[in-house]
Order: sequence, then C-alpha cells, then structure tokens
Amino acid sequence: MSFLLFVEQLLNGLQFGVMLFLTAAGLTLVFGVMGLINLAHGSLIMVGAFAAATVSAATGSYLLAIAASIVGAAAAGAIIEMLVIRRLYKRDHLDQVLATFALILIFSEGTRYVFGSFPLYLNIPPYLAGPVTLPGGIEYPLYRLTIIVVGLLIAAGLFLLIARTRIGIQIRAGESDREMIAALGVDISRLYTLVFALGAGLAGLAGAMIGAIQSVQVGMGEPILILAFVVIVIGGIGSIKGALIGSILVGVTDTMGGILLPAFFRLFMDNSAAMSTGSALATMSIYILMALVLILKPSGLYGGKA
Amino acid sequence: MTREATFNGFVSLALLLFPLWAWWADEPFMITLATKVAILGLAGVGLNIALGLGGLVSLGHAAFFGIGGYAMGILASHAQSYAPLMEWPFLIEGTKSMPIIWIVALIASAVAALLIGALSLRTSGVYFIMITLAFGQMLYYFAISWSAYGGEDGLSIYVRNGFPGMNTLDPIQFFIIAYVLLMIAILFASRLARSAFGLALNAARQTPVRAETVGIVPYRLQLVAFTLSGAITGLAGALFADLNRFVSPTMLSWQTSGEIMVFLILGGTARLFGPVVGAAVFIILEEILGDFSDYWHIHLGVLLLLIVLFARGGIIGLVAGEEKRHA
Repeated sequence: MSFLLFVEQLLNGLQFGVMLFLTAAGLTLVFGVMGLINLAHGSLIMVGAFAAATVSAATGSYLLAIAASIVGAAAAGAIIEMLVIRRLYKRDHLDQVLATFALILIFSEGTRYVFGSFPLYLNIPPYLAGPVTLPGGIEYPLYRLTIIVVGLLIAAGLFLLIARTRIGIQIRAGESDREMIAALGVDISRLYTLVFALGAGLAGLAGAMIGAIQSVQVGMGEPILILAFVVIVIGGIGSIKGALIGSILVGVTDTMGGILLPAFFRLFMDNSAAMSTGSALATMSIYILMALVLILKPSGLYGGKA
Repeated sequence: MTREATFNGFVSLALLLFPLWAWWADEPFMITLATKVAILGLAGVGLNIALGLGGLVSLGHAAFFGIGGYAMGILASHAQSYAPLMEWPFLIEGTKSMPIIWIVALIASAVAALLIGALSLRTSGVYFIMITLAFGQMLYYFAISWSAYGGEDGLSIYVRNGFPGMNTLDPIQFFIIAYVLLMIAILFASRLARSAFGLALNAARQTPVRAETVGIVPYRLQLVAFTLSGAITGLAGALFADLNRFVSPTMLSWQTSGEIMVFLILGGTARLFGPVVGAAVFIILEEILGDFSDYWHIHLGVLLLLIVLFARGGIIGLVAGEEKRHA
C-alpha cells in the first residue's frame, strides 16, 4: 500500500469521525444533561437530510439546503421534546428506549409515506466538487475536506459554548445538579428544549453532509446512531471531549480496518480468502475496540459514572 | 386463581384452539400466523428472563435470534448440499434433524450471550443498552460480509427440517411443535422466577446494594440470566428460520431487537404470558392494519407510544390489574 493511499484513507477516517461527532455530541449532551437515551436521534439525521434534499431540489442552493437541514431537524427536535420526550425524563431507561423506538417507527414510516421509498439525491455544489492538492502532492476531494474543517470548527464552537457562555454554564450545572439550577431561577424546561434542539440541529447537519456523499433515504440515520453509541461508550457519557476523541478513533479504525486488515491477511493467505476474512474482521474492528475499552475502562475514556 | 392466572389459561387455550379451528376450516395461512405468534412469543419469553426478571434492558437480542436462525440455516444447507461443515480435525456434517439443530442453536446462542453478557454487564443502565445494541449490530454486519453463507442475501433451504415421528411440512404439526416448546419455555420461566435463583435475581434488580450485603453477587446472577435468556431466544430463532425456510441478516438487525422488546411491552413487562399476548397483538395488527395501509408501522408506533406513556402495564396490566407481578 502506498503512502498516498494511506494518507487518503486516514483523511477519510477523520471525515467519517467528524460526521460521527456531530451525531454523538447531541446524544451525549442530551444524556448528560437530561439523563435520557434517545434512539430517535437517528431519525433527526434523516429529517435533516430530507429537509436539505427538498430545499436543494426547490432552490438549487446548497447553502440554503444546509440551513434547512439544521433548522428542520432542530424544529423537529424541539417539537418531539415538547410533545413526548419531556414526559420521559423521570421514567426508567426501558420506557425511554421504547418511546423513542416508537418515534423511529413514526418518523421512518411517515417519511416513507411523504417521500416514497426511493432514495433522493443531494448534489455537491460545483464550488465544492473536484479534488484539491494537499501539501505532499495528495489529491483529496474538496467536499470531504470541507466536512473535516467544518466539523472541527463546530467542535471548537461547541467547546466554547459549553466552557465560556452563560448557556454553557447552565448546561454544565444541569449535568451536575438539576434541582439546584431550577431553584436558582433557570427555566429548566426551556433549557432542556434548547439542548435537545441543539443536538437535533447538529444531527440534521450531519444528515445533510452525509446525504451528499451517500444518498438520502429512510433508515439512513440508524446505522450512524448505533456507531454514535459506540463512540459514546468509548468516550464516556456526557463528555463532549470524549465524544470527539471517540468519534475520531471509531472513524479512523473503521476506515483503516477496511484497508489494513485485508492487506494484513494477504501476507499469509491467498487473495480472495484474505479479502473476505479481512473485510469480515474489519466490520467488527470498532466493536472489538469498544470491547477493549470496556475491559480496561468500563466508564469510557472520559466518563465519570458507569 | 388470580385474574392473571385465569387470563393466562385463556391465552394458552386460545392460542391452541385457533389453529385447530383453522385446521378444521382448512385455512393453512391462519395456522402459519398462529405458529408465528408461538415462535415470536418464545423469543419474547427469552428476552423476558433478562428484561422482566433481571431488569437488563437488552437491545441486542436479535443477535441470539439470528444466531439460532443461522444455526438452522448453516446445518440444513450443508445437509442439503452433502458438504460437511468441516473435515478436520474431526468430521462435522450438516443435519436436517430439528432436535439436533435446536441443541446447536441453544448452545451457540448461549455461548454468544455469555460472551456479550460478560462484557456488557461490566456496565449498567444506559451503557448496557448501547453496548448490547452495538454487539448486535456487529453480528449483523458480520453476517452481511460472510459471503460463504449468503451474505446479504441470506440462506434458503428447500424443505423444512424433520422431527422424528412427525410431518413438519404439515402446518398444524409444525404448530404443535412450536406450541409445545413455547409452553415448556413458559413453564421453565415461571419455575425460574420462583426458584432461589429467581428470587435472588429479583432482589439484585430491585436493590442491588442490599442484595450484595447479604452475599449475592449481582454480576454472576445477571450473567446466568442473560445466558439463559439468549439461549431461549436463539431456539426461537432456529424455529423462525425453519418456519420461513430462510435466514438472512434481517433476523440480526436492530429492528428485530426492538420488535422483540415491543412484544414484551404490548403484553406487559415481567408478565409470564406478556410476550405471547404482545406477539399475538403484533401479528394481528400487522395483518389487519397491513391490509389497508402499507404504512402500518406508523399506527404501531403511535400505539406503542401511548402504551409507554399512559398504560405501563401493557395489555395484561389492563386486564389483570397493575401491581400483580409474577415474580
């Protein structure tokens, strides 16, 4: 394997990791602040992607499509928070799992009802299409590079939001003692809706970005959601930093595993056997990573409570 | 008899009489529906041991359901192609015999549940949910990439596997097999709940700290419960694959895990017959709603949401009162 291919795959892994971060950040915030496990977070990815595809088809503007994905998913998030999720904060995890599973059914079938079963396509705008040449002569798609940059900027923004702003202080206070901040006069239910909508907006953005690489279809969110769970288990619940590190670890492991493992098995197997063993193992690599973290540090790399 | 016991008797009788009526009326499709209820109910009885009795919210039981299915698919496909599974270090051949397939399915899914449980039970609560879901997904992707056994397309077998002395191709006879296995599993689950093990497990679920101070180690009990639970769900998987004469990665998907859990909730968590009632309601809804709408999952979702938010005891809770739990 050449050095160029290696770097390209590393960047692909980073790009995938950044996508996962956008999903995992919302999940981990919602869990950290409200103690809620939200399976319907994947549906919000889908909502964002469909909103983007619709607006893009109507206006032809990619930037408007991105804005629609964030606004659409955040609005959907705020609505389900006020209608359903709010009633679940005091319930046990089983009720939360079931109610949000019910939400997935409603969202998925509802979307299928409105948009049909055929995938939609979201095109990469011309000014982001094509490759760029990176230092060292590496050709890399500009769109994917943009995703990496935007994702890292959002991560930085999120860190600032949590560490430096008033709302961030309230979020952190909500994580450690929700009765106390309610007693101090913070409108806790508005804060919860806000945090939920923030997470939903990030998921929607992830949906729009992924939608342009893959296709926009019903059920596109759940595979990402489950990987985001793996990220959170690795990074530790409630930790944005853990989510970022976990995302990049999972993204890079997944992408590099698909390349390196077959190459590794080719050293002592014939080509087709190496290919099938390697790719079968590669699909399992991130879960093996998760198992290792569980054995060594059950509460995750940056997690407090297990 | 309590109201729940009466209701349970009624359910087991209805599940037996309905296919017998269908057999008499020559409605083989109705028998198949009843068989489906019995098999999916069995999968739910398995999950109920972990979830209802042990309080372990596993969102990865499709893994065991699918492993059972693949145990059937792999053994039967080798038998129908006359190619041994392996020749070295000793010869293992495929089989079309249900009892052997069941034993293999039970053992294979128990081993998987032991491994997954040993790792997942190091954590609890929301971590446990996410980890079981993740391990389930791992097996799903593994099955997709495992091209030797059909990969994404799955495995078909031509003829249903055999059971000594019975004609399994006759729908009513296959139903009887599934029904008897379901009843055995329910009997086992009720005995388990009343045994010293079940009581200790229940104590560990309700107040882990108190259980620990009297010398109960929750981890060990929960691991045993999770393993038994996975094994029963695996057996159901083998039967389900046999019913369809087909196994595919869909059996391992997270939606399957969710649906098995939905049976429990529709019927009532921690109720002995909850999974059976839930599976029956699920299948009936699928048939009725599926007839006039392709999008029946929306209705299912709304119903589920309403039950979770407002009727927490499920259907048995509505019939038999809230507080009576079998454990």
